[in-house]
Amino acid sequence: MKILVCIKQVPDMESRFKPDSAGGWYSDTDLAFRMNEYDEYAVEQAVQLKEQLGGEPEVVVLSVGPDRVVEALKKALAMGCDRAVQVQDPAAHLKDPWQIASAIAGYAKGENFDLIFTGLQSQDRGSAQVGVTLAEILGFSSVTTIVGFEYADGTATVRRELEGGLKARVQLKTPALVTCQLGLNVPRYPTLPNIMKAKKKEILTLPMADLLHEEARSATVSFYPPPKRSGGIVLEGDVALQVDQLLDILRDKTTVLR
Amino acid sequence: MKTLLIAECREGRFLDTNYELFGFAEKLGAESAMVLVGRQDDLPAFSGKLYLADAAKYGEYNPDLHKKLILAAVEQEKPDYIVFGHTSYGWDLAPRVAAALKAPQLSEVVGVADGAFELPSCNMKMRRTVKPNGAPAVLTLQGGAFPVLKPGGTPQVQPLEAAGESGVNFLGYEPAVAKDVNLTKAEVIVSAGRGIGKPENVPTIAALAKALGGELGASRPVVDGGWVDHAHQVGTTGQTVNPKLYIACGISGAIQHLAGMKKSGFIVAINKDKDAPIGEVADVLVVADVMQFVPALTAKLAK
Ligand SMILES: Cc1cc2nc3c(=O)[nH]c(=O)nc-3n(C[C@H](O)[C@H](O)[C@H](O)COP(=O)(O)OP(=O)(O)OC[C@H]3O[C@@H](n4cnc5c(N)ncnc54)[C@H](O)[C@@H]3O)c2cc1C
Repeated sequence: MKILVCIKQVPDMESRFKPDSAGGWYSDTDLAFRMNEYDEYAVEQAVQLKEQLGGEPEVVVLSVGPDRVVEALKKALAMGCDRAVQVQDPAAHLKDPWQIASAIAGYAKGENFDLIFTGLQSQDRGSAQVGVTLAEILGFSSVTTIVGFEYADGTATVRRELEGGLKARVQLKTPALVTCQLGLNVPRYPTLPNIMKAKKKEILTLPMADLLHEEARSATVSFYPPPKRSGGIVLEGDVALQVDQLLDILRDKTTVLR
Repeated sequence: MKTLLIAECREGRFLDTNYELFGFAEKLGAESAMVLVGRQDDLPAFSGKLYLADAAKYGEYNPDLHKKLILAAVEQEKPDYIVFGHTSYGWDLAPRVAAALKAPQLSEVVGVADGAFELPSCNMKMRRTVKPNGAPAVLTLQGGAFPVLKPGGTPQVQPLEAAGESGVNFLGYEPAVAKDVNLTKAEVIVSAGRGIGKPENVPTIAALAKALGGELGASRPVVDGGWVDHAHQVGTTGQTVNPKLYIACGISGAIQHLAGMKKSGFIVAINKDKDAPIGEVADVLVVADVMQFVPALTAKLAK
């Protein structure tokens, strides 16, 4: 059995974002990058499945992007993936989801994967398109937003999350792709021995140009902070003072302290 | 201009949120037709054309066949835009329809900008304006971004059929687990977010809730991590609340959290990040370390 996990590297969402010089995306300077949160669940589920099947499946982890994404790939290797593929593209942020999915499909087509795990969406762009689009190009069955995963004999039984706490049980046969939602499992922290072991694992670099032969279907016009809503009070400074200020406001504007 | 609006039926009901699709179509100034895999006896209040497929036959979650049904309607209607809600139904189905049509897709539209669309990014701290290259384009709309609009009337129903196999087999819904707390009745909710740092800090947040005579709420990571039970989760996949006072402790303000609490009477957020998107809905944003501020507030209340 062969498993693919697709991951993205994204900035910490607590950062301050500034447009880059082209004005279409954020400037990388001063940002700390890490593995997209949703993708950690995808990596963990793939590794758990490998363990469940006695180590037999090969788990390949793939990321599209500039050379910094190798850090995210290394983390996935330290979590237990067997080898990594970087689709190298310093201008990945200029590609639309259709192009990203097409490039990954360009790699995956010849590899005969049985199962593909992706995150539900990326934290920075949030399109939630790449996984399903990849499945459609490859002709795989797919289900999004899974919070439970079981596998036996070529069939995956998943729990799919809907709004309001409702869940659906869904079955699909391999070859299949699932997109992973927060809370699917408990992603492991790479241990030091596993980080060392991961250093010996292969990281293959493939140039984007070799895999992508599709034009973009959408174009970013601009990237900017949303208009600020005015009116909210901001309390800064000394904590004791903030407490007093807040209590005054609550007494004045609400009835809960009466 | 023409939009084809894709409605959603859940547990046999036409969802009210579908009416936001009409709000969007009006904003575009477009004519609209609707597709519904639903029930003959629960139709939208709208006098245009409704392409209707029977949910008893096609199921409520059957993406391969729903895709085919939508494509059949697209062929007849030839819309400029095919519009879904950005919901578990919409984000699952939209990329399948876009891939089949070789059409652009823009996700989670929050605004319309002259042939282009505004999309949130970076946990709503930033926005992008994006233009689809060509028509039709597939769009999903952020919940609540466009007004609910009930056009009224009775639709002209056009039956929709599709044939074929499905690779995905829906086994059934799991009943939601009974809740031991009812957040919807609370007058005060104090919610813990990932910013509280560790599970050992939950009692500090709960103590503030108690001091205010309220209930403990939580954001999703706190629940996923097992720090607090799911019954306390506020948001699209938890509960929707509107207490008199909502205090968000170390919560960034992701759209899925905001959707569950933004109608609260008065909102206080405690966050060390002055730019956290929770500031957009907060009446008061306290820029502080939550684990310093909350105990100080609780202590003062006890006096
Ligand atoms: C389909 C779907 C459904 C979802 N449903 C829900 C839902 O129902 N409810 C929900 O909450 N989320 C939901 N989410 C998840 C949501 O997108 C966010 O990931 C989540 O709300 C983030 O929780 P948080 O704000 O606690 O954590 P984070 O986003 O990590 O934010 C932590 C915040 O704490 C602040 N902070 C850190 N340290 C401190 C400190 N010492 N003092 C003060 N502040 C500090 C940070 O500045 C940051 O703003 C859903 C996501 C999806 C895709």
